[in-house]
Amino acid sequence: MAVADPQLDADGNLKHFLTVEGLGRGLLTEILDRSEGFLGVVQQAVKKVPLCRGKIVANLFFENSTRTRTTFELAAKRLSADVLNLNIGTSATAKGETLLDTLRNLEAMHVDMFVVRHADSGAAHFIAAHAAPHVSVINAGDGRHSHPTQGMLDMFTIRRHKGAFEPLVVAIVGDVLHSRVARSQIAALNRLGTGEVRVIAPRTLIPSRAEEALGVRVFHDLRDGVRDADVIILLRLQRERMDGGFLPSEHEYFHLFGLTEKRLASAKPDAIVMHPGPINRGVEMDSRVADGERSVILEQVSNGLAVRMAVMSMCIGTQNLAANAGVHEGGHG
Amino acid sequence: MFKDAAEVETAIDAMADRLKTLFAARGIERPLMIGIHTGGVWVAQRLHALIGLRDPLGLLDISFYRDDFTRIGLHPQVRPSHLPEPVDDRHICLVDDVLQSGRTIRAALNVLFDYGRPASVLLAILADRDGRELPIEPNVTGLKAELAPGEQIKLTGPEPLVLERGQTPKERRRSAAPGGQGEASD
Repeated sequence: MAVADPQLDADGNLKHFLTVEGLGRGLLTEILDRSEGFLGVVQQAVKKVPLCRGKIVANLFFENSTRTRTTFELAAKRLSADVLNLNIGTSATAKGETLLDTLRNLEAMHVDMFVVRHADSGAAHFIAAHAAPHVSVINAGDGRHSHPTQGMLDMFTIRRHKGAFEPLVVAIVGDVLHSRVARSQIAALNRLGTGEVRVIAPRTLIPSRAEEALGVRVFHDLRDGVRDADVIILLRLQRERMDGGFLPSEHEYFHLFGLTEKRLASAKPDAIVMHPGPINRGVEMDSRVADGERSVILEQVSNGLAVRMAVMSMCIGTQNLAANAGVHEGGHG
Repeated sequence: MFKDAAEVETAIDAMADRLKTLFAARGIERPLMIGIHTGGVWVAQRLHALIGLRDPLGLLDISFYRDDFTRIGLHPQVRPSHLPEPVDDRHICLVDDVLQSGRTIRAALNVLFDYGRPASVLLAILADRDGRELPIEPNVTGLKAELAPGEQIKLTGPEPLVLERGQTPKERRRSAAPGGQGEASD
């Protein structure tokens, strides 16, 4: 037996969602299947389901991200949970309160779930390890480590367009070295049995020994890398990387690694183009590609809500099971 | 087996006749039929064809509205709801396979009202049995199931439709497999 995954309860149900790594294919598939069910909620006049009524979700964002926070907030609200948004940087910790004291205070307010974004790798694991047993933790991005809901919403988008993962060639373009999104995508793609996962980037932006360590094929030429690809995922180029000697300039990056209609032509004719947002037009890709018919970038945003609703309700459901362990089950007829 | 395929089809034929009579009596010219996943959808597909309804059949999943989420977590299988027509001001005919506690129908009404405000809702049930826990009664019933205390029935399908004597709900939940069966006690 492997060491127990801190994300799972004793029966293998998802309790925290901290990283894709270590989760089985069955559980990843379950997340995708459940997400399908939540897609339909937007067709309701009342775009809400009562699953998490009475639950409290606290967004703990130690690193600013309006977009990610908003999608988690909306997902929680569509589940009928109440949401607290805590901008930690400007509140208690700035007054000298430790992280654990902040957690204890929120737990005393009967918060049921923490959604955590932090600049340090491992922050969400740390919080999950120290949170009260009735609290679930969802990682909304930690350092360079993991961004599992983004990874799974990308898998969901791919599956909706392409069906099975086995025959697919998926090419990830950009700053793989610093990207928690890429790490989660690669882990999920491999676990779901994707035929070939490629990463395409300048040598400075790919971890050493990436082929063995990540289970990918490495390319340094965009046109070679996207040849016959079914899915092309562009990573956001973070501007702060420009100062670290990783890249000469944005212009240079676009010249070599920016996706244009012309370069896209060597991919499969029905290839889809994805990007986690926000896009730097004219850096990662040309506007014509971003707005073109292959682009599924806005679909990723809608799918992200369904996937986050699925993950949140699965974790809350696991907590409900734990709270009622031993209580006789009532029928639902 | 509780009722074989022929008995189930006979019961559904009778439901179709009773529904036609009921629609006529109430002056409902264009009812909107909605089946509850999974067994209810199978019954509704038969009724929809037998009555010859013009509007496409709606499909309703009640998993997100169940009252036992806080006790047993998320239902293993959620199939997307699909209501092809707006429900506002329409006369709805809700269809399910087995009516026992009434909790599924309570949940289905809540889903429906999150989609809009129907003019009226009728309930058609293939097999009505004892055990009601809520004030919900069907308008049309295919058959009355006389069962021993604790005994379960479930509809299997989609082809053929057979009412089987089932397991207890707990065993059923663990062994829930894709496709094969409806929900016994619902």
